[in-house]
Amino acid sequence: MIIYGVYIVSKSGGLIFNLDNNVPRIEHEKTFTYPLDLMLDYNPKKVSVAFNRKDGINVGHVLVAVNGTQVNGATLEDGRDVKEVLENAENYPLNLKFSRPKMTTNEKIFLASMFYPLFAIASQLSPEPKSSGIETLETDSFTLHCFQTLTGVKFIVISETGLSGMDILLRKIYELYSDYALKNPFYSLEMPIRCELFDNKLQALLDLVEKTGTLNLDK
Amino acid sequence: MKVFNLYIFDKYGTLMYYAEWNRTKKSGLTQEEEAKLTYGMLSSIKSFVNKLSPHDPREGFLYYKTNKYALHYLETPSGLKFVLNTDTNATNVKELLQQVYSKIWVEYVVRDPLWTPGTPVTSELFQTKLDEFIKQSPIFGLRNI
Repeated sequence: MIIYGVYIVSKSGGLIFNLDNNVPRIEHEKTFTYPLDLMLDYNPKKVSVAFNRKDGINVGHVLVAVNGTQVNGATLEDGRDVKEVLENAENYPLNLKFSRPKMTTNEKIFLASMFYPLFAIASQLSPEPKSSGIETLETDSFTLHCFQTLTGVKFIVISETGLSGMDILLRKIYELYSDYALKNPFYSLEMPIRCELFDNKLQALLDLVEKTGTLNLDK
Repeated sequence: MKVFNLYIFDKYGTLMYYAEWNRTKKSGLTQEEEAKLTYGMLSSIKSFVNKLSPHDPREGFLYYKTNKYALHYLETPSGLKFVLNTDTNATNVKELLQQVYSKIWVEYVVRDPLWTPGTPVTSELFQTKLDEFIKQSPIFGLRNI
């Protein structure tokens, strides 16, 4: 069982906790000859693929290394400009390493607040009365499980597809949240959770679930 | 098992066709507003899923479930979107939607000489065939006919 991440969203829609558990590193290295057959987008912050794909390198992937030299933003570690290096035919063949971009904290906060309206609209568009919001959302690469408590806090677990018993895991995380975050005298509601004990217990719970499944959890 | 309603959108988000079967609750919006809200939600879900995905997505979003219904989504390479709401127990809805596309949409809409692409479908033949097809599908359930 693979669990990719846990998010906790407060009742006002802000992200108050997130944990990346088992995010796979997707990296592809390939030697290219001149001219480069990928369209790249040169942004001061990152160099990413804008068009075409090749051997696992897809649109959106970010250039991380040129000939083994790390890329920082749009410059190489040794100070050369990436665009100049890549556009100069004399430098080829070049070995380029691309990776799927990791989510930044800002993006996570953005996505957490994006889930809030989706959850509300899903319940408004229901063809049956008294529907809840989104409980599970399945895609071909992951499944999102969401549990909303009576007080409006949402617990979200991102896992691989086809797992059962995730509702038990979500309730267990709720239990940890009430025991180690809410009962912490230094924790104030709606604020980001920074409790070491909560982090440790949650990590232990996820490790247990990844190894043995949710069957061994007491209800 | 129940089938509630079906939306068909083209790649620009225009509602091509809407049908409903066992729907018990209205959203309180006009059909046009409801279709726009649905389309907007789906395009948000699509970009949400693309960003959140740990691997490179291929088809992306497949379905979501609440405690009362499940919304199944199929997008064809041409950008046509089929959205079917069923109850939460329905299985193999993806295959059903693919059949709606290949057996009903292609046969009775794409091959209809009177239909202009990009306009809502009004063909009665399509409506009857779609209705028949959904009603005889295993997820529609005998007791509802």
